[in-house]
Amino acid sequence: MRELTYLEAVREAMSQEMRTNEDVFILGEDIGVYGGAFGVTRGMIEEFGPERIRNTPISEAAISGTAIGAALTGMRPILELQFSDFITIAMDNMVNQAAKLRYMYGGEGKVPMVLRTPAGSGTGAAAQHSQSLEAWMTHIPGLKVVQPSTAYDAKGLLKAAMDDDNPVVFYEHKLCYRTKSEVPEEAYSIPLGKADIKKEGKDVTIVATAMMVHKSLEAAEQLESEGISVEVVDPRTLVPLDEETIVESVKKTGRLIVVHEAVKRGGFGGEIASMIAESEAFDYLDAPIKRLGGKAVPIPYNPELEKAAVPQVQDIVEAVKDTLKGL
Amino acid sequence: MNELKQDTVDSKEKLIPLYKQMWLIRYFEEKVDEFFAKGMIHGTTHLAVGQEATAVGSCAVLNEDDMITSTHRGHGHCIAKGAEVNRMMAELFGRTTGYCKGKGGSMHIADVSKGNLGANGIVGGGFSIATGAALTSKMKNQGKVVLCYFGDGASNEGSFHEAVNLASIWKLPVIFFCENNQYGMSGPVKEMVNIENIAQRAEAYGIPGHVVEGNDVFDVMSIVQEAVDFARNGGGPTIIEAKTYRWKGHSKSDAKKYRTREEEKEWREKDPIARYKEQLIAKGFFTEEEAEALRKEAKQEIEDSVEFAKNSPEPGLETLMEDIYA
Repeated sequence: MRELTYLEAVREAMSQEMRTNEDVFILGEDIGVYGGAFGVTRGMIEEFGPERIRNTPISEAAISGTAIGAALTGMRPILELQFSDFITIAMDNMVNQAAKLRYMYGGEGKVPMVLRTPAGSGTGAAAQHSQSLEAWMTHIPGLKVVQPSTAYDAKGLLKAAMDDDNPVVFYEHKLCYRTKSEVPEEAYSIPLGKADIKKEGKDVTIVATAMMVHKSLEAAEQLESEGISVEVVDPRTLVPLDEETIVESVKKTGRLIVVHEAVKRGGFGGEIASMIAESEAFDYLDAPIKRLGGKAVPIPYNPELEKAAVPQVQDIVEAVKDTLKGL
Repeated sequence: MNELKQDTVDSKEKLIPLYKQMWLIRYFEEKVDEFFAKGMIHGTTHLAVGQEATAVGSCAVLNEDDMITSTHRGHGHCIAKGAEVNRMMAELFGRTTGYCKGKGGSMHIADVSKGNLGANGIVGGGFSIATGAALTSKMKNQGKVVLCYFGDGASNEGSFHEAVNLASIWKLPVIFFCENNQYGMSGPVKEMVNIENIAQRAEAYGIPGHVVEGNDVFDVMSIVQEAVDFARNGGGPTIIEAKTYRWKGHSKSDAKKYRTREEEKEWREKDPIARYKEQLIAKGFFTEEEAEALRKEAKQEIEDSVEFAKNSPEPGLETLMEDIYA
């Protein structure tokens, strides 16, 4: 099967959807001729024109609210925010409007929109262009939160997000954009709320998200040569969360490490750890649950400092060995 | 008045119901005020007594399928857009028969299918939602306009400027309608805005801006009609500022220490309902007695809405987690 990059997979998902559903359009900064900050929408304006690939002013509060208003009245907008950090400027709309309108209105109206945005560190973009703020969004009832790690997942999850009648925050990791995987040409959907076991194993479960899936797989490969069998589970969507797959994996391995790039304090890893502690898998645990996350520091510019701020392959390897001590 | 279509000015059938609608708003608000005082309605509420002409005058020139976004002081807008007072009162009582099944309360009444995209508890929250609704209208060639209500206070939110700019460059059919009731909570507009008229800000976005006497239904209708025609013909947005006054405090906890009895009295003398009545009598559309009958009808409808609300069921606890997601 042909391979696509993650970036191309995102673009293909949107293009295919726009060909079949005229209510879908994209709005965002520089998404037209420029093709978006990371090139995700490159070439789309030629096919779909400026009405549907809609360049906006630098105005995150307005464009997020406009997407909500359009969604509420029958369109299915996709909003591209140039960097996920800028969600802070769209926060009122996402938190106080998009997430709540349907409930506040007693079930009347719906807000079928997707906010797509590149997240994460690793590009030297420093503190205001490198954050992973997904845990903030998971805290808000009414939003759905997606974090694909591979090109295959990105295409299928984005289709599901676009088909969903609710506001979905779709985080694309910048370092994932160039990664490749086999991607079917036809449109397909991966249901939100269905985790994927990226690698089966029996000694320890790693639940990892976004770029940390790739790092965990690399760590797992290293550990394999030392005779340690690691299972890597990618939840793919944080809301809704596939608790069952994670619980079953932990029951099988008896050990859990959660790895994410976002700051560990208040991060989503705490949620997964608590979920396991409250579940039947707790009785199967042979070691304390471990969380690996970003340090509580703004992402620094210097490349070595930047790497030190978030978990790396070696950190994951050591965490696994640490968890297996006394086995 | 020349902008207002002559058939509207002369249409008794169109103008008389507006008089009753104004009383519906007045009595709805007074009833709500009373029930808050008695502790029969909880939460908070923001009353629009004294601002009846802006709501009624502006909605009067909209088509039924045109849309509005409203503010936290939204009861009047809802009634003017055709909401049923029974369902509104039931919502304030938190009952299942309310517009939001008792989950929204005063600040979130909406009727999306009828073009009321909702009141909003966030000051300035409606600007870009209105812009987005207008974008839908344009992209789908629906020919609908969106009227976005906001207050003088909200005009200082960044969302105002971002949304007006966006609507302006995309020439969207949206009317930003400012009810300048002189205070953003306790902040007098004169201290919060360093220009005489908020509508002057239109110039900065290259769109028309108008100031209008907000306690005069005909003046409001006339200027909104002009903006509606402009929007429907592809001209884009307009900012309208209607000068008016809220007779009551900002919300229930407000002792109104920031203003004087004299000022309140001065504005009460400009009662928009009394003014409209005189205009209709002068036109020979009704007599004093006929007007009085309409007022009584409105009063009775509000009394009935209270009975409806009181007799409606409370939502069951099993509904708590319903409607979070579509």
